[in-house]
Amino acid sequence: MVEFSGIKEIIKPENLVYKKTNIMTENILSYCPGCGHGTAHRILAEIIDEEGLQSEAIGVSPVGCSVFLYYYLDIDWQEAAHGRAPAVATAIKRLFPEKFVFTYQGDGDLAAIGTAETIHACNRGENILIIFINNGIYGMTGGQMAPTTLPGMKSSTSPYGRDVKTMGYPLKMTDIVASLPGSYYVTRQSVHTPANVKKTKKAIRKAVNYQKLNKGTCLIEIVSNCPSGWKMTPVQSNKWMEENMFPYYPLGDLKTPEE
Amino acid sequence: MAKIRGSIVVNVERCKGCEVCMVSCPTGTIAMAKDVNGKGYNYAFPANPELCIGCANCAMVCPDGVITVYKTKI
Repeated sequence: MVEFSGIKEIIKPENLVYKKTNIMTENILSYCPGCGHGTAHRILAEIIDEEGLQSEAIGVSPVGCSVFLYYYLDIDWQEAAHGRAPAVATAIKRLFPEKFVFTYQGDGDLAAIGTAETIHACNRGENILIIFINNGIYGMTGGQMAPTTLPGMKSSTSPYGRDVKTMGYPLKMTDIVASLPGSYYVTRQSVHTPANVKKTKKAIRKAVNYQKLNKGTCLIEIVSNCPSGWKMTPVQSNKWMEENMFPYYPLGDLKTPEE
Repeated sequence: MAKIRGSIVVNVERCKGCEVCMVSCPTGTIAMAKDVNGKGYNYAFPANPELCIGCANCAMVCPDGVITVYKTKI
């Protein structure tokens, strides 16, 4: 392993502040440089590690950029057909009620082809956690327009920008889920700055603990960037996301359980 | 007054050179190397190691889990 280190005298086990958790495998992530998926994976792995859920957790991986998620987290996985992750997770949770079951989906998976599955799983109040990565584009297939693409945003299938007259308005999936009686905890976060990473980690920890109560579906939307799909550098894309995505998808809790 | 000093270790072969850590570093410790790693990315490295305070901001935002952080009081 090639390493580059700072001051050697400080590098001792007792001074360790932060290290990649062992739940993350040594496989190199297949994502583009600067993609929010990697950060989201890492904090999810940290929560699973810190809550001691490695043998309890069963994940359902989607179709999309994060299709190879089962290579990166060392827990039990099930691959689902495109968009059908909440349906598969429903079955797993009903067969193994004591396990922690979650799905990890992108916006093309959850908000386009899997809209029906998502809404009905949340409406039934299945005791699963849905992690929803929203980057406003179909990243894996080359940056086509997704239901979550912003008005006027250019993509490879809307080269003059999304025209809301012919292509409709962006779908706020998280707001729809928050209005359903079956959902228990619904929040929207991001992972582009250290402060937001900490907030997202807190939200995931909360959701994991709510799952133990069996009160309903938890959904965490993570507004993320897609440097390759948006044709920007990672740092530019994070700035663009702050300026354009956040006004339309404001961060914060949409539904919190009444204490 | 005790001074807090930090140090980071970068796993060069995992780094994809996205520069997100460089932007999030409050002290300007991290810079991108002129050399490239095995995949052809300009990797991040502690260019000014004496400035590091071990805040772990870089490790928090790193999408690839490249950075390990150490901190001590001297």
